[in-house]
Amino acid sequence: MKNHVEARNVVKRFGPTVALNGAGIAIAEGETHALVGRNGAGKSTLVSILTGLQPADEGEVLFSGEPAPVLADRDAWRQRVACVYQKSTIIPALTVAENLFLNRQATKGLKINWRGLRAEARELLDTYEVDVDVRALAGDLTVEQRQLVEIARALSFGARFIILDEPTARLDGAAIERLFGRMRSLREQGVTMMYISHHLDEVYEICQSVTVFRDARHIVTRSVADLPHDELVAAMTGEATVAYEARPHTPAETVVLSGQGLTLGGRYQDIDISVKSGEVVGLAGSASSGKVGLAETLVGLRRADSGTVMVKGAPVKPGDVPAALRAGLGFVPEDRHHEGFVPLLSVGENATFPIARKLGRYGIVSPARRRAKADELIKNLDIKTEGPDQPVGDLSGGNAQKVVFARALVDDPAALVVINPTAGVDVKAKQALLGAVEDAVERGAGAVVVSDELDDLRICDRVLVMFHGRIVKDVPRGWTDHELVAVMEGIEE
Amino acid sequence: MTTLTAPVPRVRLARFRDLTLVPVIVILLVVGAFLDPTFMTAGNLTNVLQQQAAISLLVLAEAMILIAGKFDLSLESTVGTAPAIAVMLVIPVTAGGFGLGLPGALVIPLALLVGAAIGAFNGFLIVRFKLSAFIVTLAMLIIVHGFLQGPTEGKTLFQLPDSILYLGSATWLGLPAAIWIAGALFAAGIFGLGYLRLGRALYAIGGNADAARAAGIRVDRVLYGVFILGGTLAALAGILETGRLGAIGNNQGVGWIFMVFAAAVIGGVSMDGGKGTILGALTGVLVIGLVQNILTLIGVSGFWQPVIYGGIILIALMISRIAGGKAQD
Repeated sequence: MKNHVEARNVVKRFGPTVALNGAGIAIAEGETHALVGRNGAGKSTLVSILTGLQPADEGEVLFSGEPAPVLADRDAWRQRVACVYQKSTIIPALTVAENLFLNRQATKGLKINWRGLRAEARELLDTYEVDVDVRALAGDLTVEQRQLVEIARALSFGARFIILDEPTARLDGAAIERLFGRMRSLREQGVTMMYISHHLDEVYEICQSVTVFRDARHIVTRSVADLPHDELVAAMTGEATVAYEARPHTPAETVVLSGQGLTLGGRYQDIDISVKSGEVVGLAGSASSGKVGLAETLVGLRRADSGTVMVKGAPVKPGDVPAALRAGLGFVPEDRHHEGFVPLLSVGENATFPIARKLGRYGIVSPARRRAKADELIKNLDIKTEGPDQPVGDLSGGNAQKVVFARALVDDPAALVVINPTAGVDVKAKQALLGAVEDAVERGAGAVVVSDELDDLRICDRVLVMFHGRIVKDVPRGWTDHELVAVMEGIEE
Repeated sequence: MTTLTAPVPRVRLARFRDLTLVPVIVILLVVGAFLDPTFMTAGNLTNVLQQQAAISLLVLAEAMILIAGKFDLSLESTVGTAPAIAVMLVIPVTAGGFGLGLPGALVIPLALLVGAAIGAFNGFLIVRFKLSAFIVTLAMLIIVHGFLQGPTEGKTLFQLPDSILYLGSATWLGLPAAIWIAGALFAAGIFGLGYLRLGRALYAIGGNADAARAAGIRVDRVLYGVFILGGTLAALAGILETGRLGAIGNNQGVGWIFMVFAAAVIGGVSMDGGKGTILGALTGVLVIGLVQNILTLIGVSGFWQPVIYGGIILIALMISRIAGGKAQD
């Protein structure tokens, strides 16, 4: 079979770090090829080289056997390869229509024809059945809508090779199915795709072959049928690993976190929830179910229109994060880049923000005590870092998320609320993070786990399924994927 | 797929966001008319526009630079230095020149060239060396002003060629030429940033430079162009100011940059890049000009004017914040 895209012996260095060390990939015409590897394996670097955003230090890139165009010739690159990047490439202050046709706006002479542009944009979105107002500002879209707009834009360049860099990381089940449906029909039309994901199930579902990178090197390329799940994970981690085993918990009688009669217009209504010490409660549901809004209310990021939140039996001032933290809540937010950490500050500082007052008197933070505490946290959570002084922005996704966990756990919370705890982190980090939740629960905390990942919910003693802002079912441990998804999609009562 | 809900199309208020300062302008006109009978006369209003013509070009330049996500403080120094250097290349040694004896007709092109060169140097440091635009142009503000002070040794240039005086003092069709020039350039700016790909590229770069690059916009080249255009506009502002005053003092343009930023920001241009319009910036200039004029007319002591002036800027900011509905950045 002819190779549509090929990268050979690519070396890329960033200062002292070697991001790719003689790695390569060969993608046959018309196949959907998965690229998997742990965080930091070099996947994103390969993407930026294959899309012509960065030059390789050594090695070559071929499209249909021809050498890649020069870096400056963006048009030539875009006719060969389209990419839906992991990082959003949407410009928030511009409208959807303009984002879709950035730098190729419909013109009459030199003048941009705004009416024509909007019509073209509407047509493009209709083609891919994306129901978004083209006049809306891109910054006002939800994550899902924004991503669909980006996918539609990537496809609109007419390239026959498309890279999807973790497109499903922040989509819910139904949206992922729609995406896969679209990918299958593209493949039928002969489009070649490279698919990057941390979800190995998706790799088996949508891809024909898979390449594994580890530590900046190419490890293996094989047809998915010839590479069983265990071997794939072993290739990624360099060692055999077993699936995460949820531990049994013994909930006590004391309720550590509860909400009564919580209602927030447009998000959720009449929610009663209570979490006991030593218990893990899951919240599941589609993106519009209101689960994230509810979790954010419990920790004070949002203020409910009515109802009360109680921690350890005492009401907490609504909509007040410091009050919630003082009351004994620990919190891992939905978007770690946005609310989770300050990238330029060190691991130590990020992890100890909530307890700064305990690390010294009169508002002075003692560096020695902070360092000692940070060292302890780094050890407990197995954070891979040069030390407490390294900025969090330099860490890989999984390790950055561990810092966010460290911050949530630093004050020994009575109740822990985590939202999408394992989004965008690799297999081993995932296990460490779930382990951290269970450790906290064994120490007597109560936990709420909000997640789009069924695997995350397996550690829960019971899962509350939300649908259109209401809790529709309380599912005890022992559910199957099919059962839970059916309730989440509102198929079954 | 149809289950996705589109964001509720908010009543097309967004379209009028540019015009949030219009009520402020109306209020100022009404207040001015009550406070002083001469305010509403054609002569006075023309006067306001003429006084603002030069500084408005700086606001135009700064608005474009801010929208592209950069910064230029050195524009105010270019206002004095560009025309001064050009004049000194032309006039004899006895009048304070270099004695090169270049023809007087060259003085305007020379001034624009000096402005463009300063802009290009800013661009070089910021785009090529990736230095912080704020600090680079702060240093350039000092250096460029030094190139006015040094050669003139702090003296005012009085004996100017007629060609440089013309634009700032001529009257076309009953209005000062400076107003026509500023008006035409703003019209070009509104059109360019609203309807040209190149203009929209400024928004893309200021909003998300990586995305702009991925979309094939030549980010570095566009930024260079914006800095060069900014320097050129500042030089033109200097030419207009020189013509209006008939001389080049050694502090021409000094202190303008604060007003320029105030006008751009109350006009809705974001200091973080990617947001704002030229029309908005124009309304910002008008507000500043009217306030200045009213304060002078009602005889507020020059020593107290800054307090009222700054207060009114803050009030205008609050009004546009409430009308615009979004946090300013």
